[in-house]
Order: sequence, then structure tokens, then C-alpha cells
Amino acid sequence: MTKVSMTVNGEAAEGEVEGRTLLVEFLREELGLTGTHVGCDTSQCGACVVHVDGKDVKACTIFALEAEGAEVRTIEGMANPDGSLNVIQQAFQDHHGLQCGFCTPGMVMSAAALLAENPKPSEHEIRDYLEGNICRCTGYHNIVKAIMAASGQDVSRIAAE
Amino acid sequence: MYAFDFVRPKSLNEAVEALQPEEAMALGGGQTLIPTLKQRLASPSKLVSLKGVEEIRGICRDDQGRVCIGGGTTHAEVAAGVPEYPALAALAANIGDPAVRNRGTIGGSLANNDPSACYPAAALASGATIVTNTREIAADDYFEGMFMTALEEGEIITEVRFPVPQAANYQKFEQPASRFALVGVFVAKFEDGVRVAVTGASEEGVFRWTEAEEALSSNFSPDAVQGLSVPAEGMIGDLHGSPEYRAHLVGVMTRRAVAAAG
Ligand SMILES: Cc1cc2nc3c(=O)[nH]c(=O)nc-3n(C[C@H](O)[C@H](O)[C@H](O)COP(=O)(O)OP(=O)(O)OC[C@H]3O[C@@H](n4cnc5c(N)ncnc54)[C@H](O)[C@@H]3O)c2cc1C
Ligand code: FES
Ligand code: FES
Repeated sequence: MTKVSMTVNGEAAEGEVEGRTLLVEFLREELGLTGTHVGCDTSQCGACVVHVDGKDVKACTIFALEAEGAEVRTIEGMANPDGSLNVIQQAFQDHHGLQCGFCTPGMVMSAAALLAENPKPSEHEIRDYLEGNICRCTGYHNIVKAIMAASGQDVSRIAAE
Repeated sequence: MYAFDFVRPKSLNEAVEALQPEEAMALGGGQTLIPTLKQRLASPSKLVSLKGVEEIRGICRDDQGRVCIGGGTTHAEVAAGVPEYPALAALAANIGDPAVRNRGTIGGSLANNDPSACYPAAALASGATIVTNTREIAADDYFEGMFMTALEEGEIITEVRFPVPQAANYQKFEQPASRFALVGVFVAKFEDGVRVAVTGASEEGVFRWTEAEEALSSNFSPDAVQGLSVPAEGMIGDLHGSPEYRAHLVGVMTRRAVAAAG
């Protein structure tokens, strides 16, 4: 076992891990942050997306030891300081961007990374960016709509609720 | 996943040293290796993380005008960092998805030589040089078939040097589930001729389509390759496409790449 330490959602976190311990296992099992989901074994679904030093990565495809010293942000760190939903989360609720909610943490983290780099993405850019996030419920339409709304764009002309 | 030792060297020398035991493996971005470990298709005794090896990261230009990309440079860094070679930047920007691009590296991709990977096509069509801790390998001598390369055990890709063509383009027909290339064609036009490299199609891995290269070298237009085709024999056949379909796509993607390169 090796000691690992990082900052998770602004707070110092440390623990003992094996070389093979994935970041997502450290987050869920050591820190109890179960908002980050695991939906596949093949690095393809994106349910596990978190930010490491500001970049979106699949927490199931990075070892915890590779995040040594990093700033990690998970879905638990996304709400506003007063506990209310942040603008992206609220938009997912307002526009029915989720059904079962399993993919949602990854969707929100990917969306946040997109908006940080491209504050007013087009519909095409949003769909392109979410290529690695799979949702088996919504058909994506309302997810795209929610992200457009979260970026302050008019979505009244986009059909379907 | 089987257990292994995990080491994090801080320099290339330390990494080379750590890779000495036969059962040791390098870890780049882990975007191929970690899924492979999960499936227990690999069981290294030791993983040597290249993350802390700063010397093999970053992008620069050499005095021959080549773009030199460190082996540990991520796809996202290449996408944003080679404005003078737009076809290469676009290829990197379209590998997998954003999270894969934030971790996966050019060295890992070329070391792995997946028959459907994108970078092998760019390296071969550009006539790139693969630089390791011990030597320089021309792309023409580097790819040795599906998942096979000229790399020796423990050899680390430190840099890849790309000559910049006058015009180039990469066309990828995406396999929508994996987002790898079902067929991808990279066309690069240099002063002394055109090079065409095809990925995703052949059971032998990436290859140069020399017939198309000759036709395009005398007339760089989609019409020049209109009548040409590759034989279906030796093409990959799987649930995503038959050998005949892939052979057909090679022609289509080549024409599209030439048209887009202009
Ligand atoms: C969902 C998904 C979609 C993808 N889509 C595409 C795609 O469209 N096109 C595409 O080309 N690829 C795709 N990939 C693969 C991706 O590009 C990987 O990043 C790449 O194949 C491996 O790079 P890595 O740095 O992650 O290497 P790793 O996974 O860390 O290692 C792969 C192999 O290379 C060795 N290695 C790593 N670095 C070096 C080095 N510097 N020198 C020598 N050996 C080294 C390792 O020992 C290992 O054998 C996809 C991956 C995923 C998960
Ligand atoms: S759990 Fe599916 S990509 Fe990470
Ligand atoms: S809401 Fe169920 S998987 Fe996306």
C-alpha cells in the first residue's frame, strides 16, 4: 500500500491505496463520494467523469496514484456554496435532462468542462463534446438543451420536453 | 485487475532503469492499458508511470522545420499545439472523446499500434521519425503489423518528429461504438511526392497505398484515384464491416481526403 494525497472538492484528502486502485475506487470507497458512477468496464460510458487539475477525465481510467497532489472535483463539489444546484445542474432539472440519473454526474462534469472552454457552444459542439458520455434514457435531446440553457442561450425554439 | 508494483520515476533515465525487468510495462495515459488490465489481458509485475517524466512532454520545432512531439504529450495538447500542421491537429482533436484526449498520449498510441488507431496513419503518411531512448526509427520501418512495432522490450518513445507536408488531410470513417477508425486514410503531399497511409482496414495494421501515391503524385486530385481500389483480401472482416466494405471505404476515404486537402 502507498500513501496518496490530493485535494478533493477543495478539501485535503488522503488514504492508502494499491497501485491498481483506480481514482474512482478511491473516491467512492475510501472517501465515500458515491456521486461518481461506474457504468462500464471499457472506458466508454463517461458516467465516471471528474475533473483532475481542471481537465475532464474518466475516473475509471486513471490510477489514484496518478492523481497524487492534484485538484480533483467531483459532482459533490458542483453545487453552489449555499447548497443550491449550480446553473448546469438546475438546467438539467428544468429541462428534464435526466431520467434515471445514472449518467448525470458524468454529463454535468463534462458539460462544465465544455462550458469552461467554450462558454456559448452550438448544438453541434455540445453533441460532439458529449461523445464519450452515454445515456440510455433520455435520447440526449434534453441534455443538449439543458447545456444550451445553462450557457445562457435561448432554447425556446428547441422542441420536445 | 491483477496486482502490480507502481513506480513513478522523475526522469527518463530512472524510467528506463525501472523498465529493465521483463515483466515491467510503461504507463502512458492508460487509455488503452487500463482497460486491458481490467480485462486481465496484461499482467505486468510493475507499471512504470511516465507522467513525471517531463523531458518527454511538449511540442517544439527542429531546424529542419519538423514538428517534434514528446512521447508523453496528450492528444489534447497536440490538438491545440500544432497550428502549422492542421491535419495532424484535427486528427488528434478527433480521437475518442475529450476525456480520452486529456489523458491518452502519442507515445502510447504508437507503441500500442492498434490496427484501428489514428496516429499510425499520420506517422506513416508524414514519413515521421519515432525517437526512443536508444535510437531513431523511420515510420516506414516502425510498424510491423497489428499491435506489433519495432520497439524492443522496455524501449520508450521519447519523441515523434513530423515533417510538415504542403497539404494534408485525414478522413476517418468512425466506428460509432468504439469511436476508433473503421477505416481512416491520411494523405500527405510533399514537394517530392504524395504519401497515403490507411488505418483500420488491413489485418496487417496500418499500410501505405502505393498505387494511390503514384497516381496522386502526378495528379493531386480525387479523379486520379477514381478508378483505383485495394483488394478485399487481407482486409479486416468483423461485425462492423466486411472486407469488401472496408476495401471500398479505402477508396472513398482517400478521395475525400484529397478533396479536403485541396
Ligand atoms: C473510449 C476510447 C476511444 C478511443 N478512440 C480512439 C480513436 O478514435 N483513435 C485512436 O487512435 N485511439 C483511440 N483510443 C485510444 C487512445 O488514443 C489511447 O490514448 C492510446 O491508444 C494509448 O495511449 P496511452 O497514452 O493512453 O497509452 P497507455 O494505455 O498508457 O499504454 C498503451 C501501451 O503503450 C505503452 N506505452 C505507453 N507510453 C509509451 C511510451 N512513451 N513509449 C513506449 N511505450 C509506451 C504501454 O506500455 C502500453 O503497452 C480510444 C480509447 C478509448 C478509451
Ligand atoms: S465507468 Fe464507464 S467510462 Fe468510466
Ligand atoms: S438518465 Fe438514465 S442513463 Fe442517462
